[in-house]
Amino acid sequence: MAVDSQEMNADRSQDWREELRGKMNAKERSGLPRVTMPELPATERITGFREVNSGLPEEMAVREAKRCLDCATPSCVSGCPVNINIPGFIKRIEKGDFLGAAQKLKETNALPAVCGRVCPQEVQCEALCVYQKMKKPPVAIGYLERFASDCERQAGAASATPLVNNSGMQVAAIGSGPASLTFAGQMAKFGCRVTVFEALHELAGVLSYGIPEFRLPKNIVRSEIAYLEAIGVRFERNVVVGKTLTIDDMKTLGYQGFFIGSGAGLPKFMRIPGENSIGIYSSNEYLTRVNLMKAYQFPAYDTPIVRGKCVAVVGGGNTAMDSVRTAVRLGAEKAMIVYRRSEQEMPARIEEVHHAKEEGVEFLTLTNPVEYLADNEGRVRQMKVQKMGLGAADDSGRRRPVAIVGSEYLIDVDTVVVGVGTDPNPLIPQSIQGLEVTKWGTIVVNEETMQTAVPEIFAGGDIVRGGATVILAMGDGKKAAESMHAFLLEKAARG
Amino acid sequence: MNMIVDRESLSDNVVKLVVEAPLIAKKQNPGQFVIVRTDEKGERIPLTIADADKERGTITLIIQKVGTSSHKIANLAPGAAFLDVSGPLGRPTHVDKLGTVLACGGGVGIAPLYPIARAFKNAGNKLIAVLGARNRDLLILEKEMAAFADETIIMTDDGSYGKKGVITVGIEEVLVREPVQLAVAIGPAVMMKFVALLTKKYNVPTIASLNTIMVDGTGMCGACRVSVGGKTRFVCVDGPEFDAHEIDYDEMIKRLNTYRAEEKESYDSYLGTLP
Repeated sequence: MAVDSQEMNADRSQDWREELRGKMNAKERSGLPRVTMPELPATERITGFREVNSGLPEEMAVREAKRCLDCATPSCVSGCPVNINIPGFIKRIEKGDFLGAAQKLKETNALPAVCGRVCPQEVQCEALCVYQKMKKPPVAIGYLERFASDCERQAGAASATPLVNNSGMQVAAIGSGPASLTFAGQMAKFGCRVTVFEALHELAGVLSYGIPEFRLPKNIVRSEIAYLEAIGVRFERNVVVGKTLTIDDMKTLGYQGFFIGSGAGLPKFMRIPGENSIGIYSSNEYLTRVNLMKAYQFPAYDTPIVRGKCVAVVGGGNTAMDSVRTAVRLGAEKAMIVYRRSEQEMPARIEEVHHAKEEGVEFLTLTNPVEYLADNEGRVRQMKVQKMGLGAADDSGRRRPVAIVGSEYLIDVDTVVVGVGTDPNPLIPQSIQGLEVTKWGTIVVNEETMQTAVPEIFAGGDIVRGGATVILAMGDGKKAAESMHAFLLEKAARG
Repeated sequence: MNMIVDRESLSDNVVKLVVEAPLIAKKQNPGQFVIVRTDEKGERIPLTIADADKERGTITLIIQKVGTSSHKIANLAPGAAFLDVSGPLGRPTHVDKLGTVLACGGGVGIAPLYPIARAFKNAGNKLIAVLGARNRDLLILEKEMAAFADETIIMTDDGSYGKKGVITVGIEEVLVREPVQLAVAIGPAVMMKFVALLTKKYNVPTIASLNTIMVDGTGMCGACRVSVGGKTRFVCVDGPEFDAHEIDYDEMIKRLNTYRAEEKESYDSYLGTLP
């Protein structure tokens, strides 16, 4: 997607920006140390689900904003899947115009308070920050994004004027996760009527059921949704598209364009003996019970969860880290990550691994489960694991784990969470004729436009990628909105 | 939305609710289920659709009080509403004209069996219903079933009504007597297990509809997983019906007991809150 450099240049040439740049020289700016995110001490945070990162106080945020050199061609922006005008919002923070910074973010990003918390900035915007070339820590773009959007929310100033539906276009988003929410926000800005259809009783997809409260408080998710509602996006809960309503039904209701952002629903299991024993969860189930159904407040809430004393989480991604840190908060005396590669290959964010270790999580790397052993009631009691070595690099560029024969041993467990990934949910692809689907069940799209084999249907996020990040899904949603809008305009022009 | 328009007690602990759900009523087919939630703190509970009225825009749900959530559901009065109803979920029953179909229902399992049996009858099959209950008071939908069934055999554990004995006794009576092309079994897991063992002996293809623990009901969590023919399948999206001869009932029964202690804790605390 092309960065709107004209807009960014115009913004950068404003008098106040030039004046601000003149206040400190690059040497002074780059001489400032990067801030450290204040956080709850590990001993305190493991007793509940309070957010771990506390957010930057104003003084720290302004100081960090000063570090940004306001580059003429900011490389950070090209590292952002939704192309936020990064120097634009950071310089507004430096100026003290925090609400202006938040508005700048919302021009391109419907969910800044979410992104500021869960985006892997270290491999995106911050990885391309000019400071990297200077061998210095990059500007803390993520922390600043969070700061600006938190300021706006706390001020109750989430300024939202309902946008006018002036295009005559009516479109639907299927699923209400980050891809659909971004799509919806963007289509609303184009003047379209947008309705988001969600299968569950709660909106926001993985942001609600997947990412725990201690990393992404749900009131923040709700306020981002409230913003979208305020600009005119409509939401329908408890609608399972393909079951409750089909695409054809929706066409009859007047919808002209469809965006499928239904996510990667189906949890993967390892197909090893004993895997259906009681106490073995998919990470989706474990996290859904806790985050969506509030099982951590059982019996005040009706949904129960097995509160294991000895919990093993299989996998090395962010979902595995979320699961294991949840287990700690549910009272596990021993919480382990069991991962078949080494720590270096773990796909989880370094921050999550670091936090997990601080919270007492043990890491059993180069270790893979091969069997579960249960008691007479069928409850898991032990897991048999195998030690692994690392062979040559595989398709993912990571070294392939190779089993070491005869290295099996037993670990006592009473709860296991399998967090080895998900497959796309087949419900929606199955219900639509003419969609092209890969052998993995993902929907095939034109990568430039996110258009599927059915012209009026676009798709993005995990249903296309198979398993990625919130921000990549958001990038897809934005791209799909732009191309769907162009498609519908062209269609209307043709008559 | 989701309002209860009619409520009827079918027995001491079984209640029938007619619920306003026009989209679902229009789309549902026999064999499918909905997920409901009574309130903000409630569980997501799967319930098979026992009947639907497209014109009126309603679905019928039949609930047996066994714990907190089912109690909360069964206590909803006309005029009250579910907080959430979503569906229709799961695959519909594959209904064909086969010849003679044996519909075997145990306890509250007769409720989901009812629309399936009727669909087989309407497809031109001879329909024999074998209905089992612990006693006469717990037998539901007998009249409704008998209204279209070519024959209805009632079995009660205590002999208070129909014939005395477990359901398999009544089923075997038919199997020795005449050829049956398909059996459909719905009821407690242990009942389905024994029905499957019996029909296997007579080489009668049999489907069972499973009611496992679910959370989302759309394939997302895997709580409902069962082993069928040695493969892990999800009841919510691959089922709820499977080849009854391939299901690992023992594993399923164990998994149904996952939260036995928690369910008791929750129910005790819930009952304590009732007036």
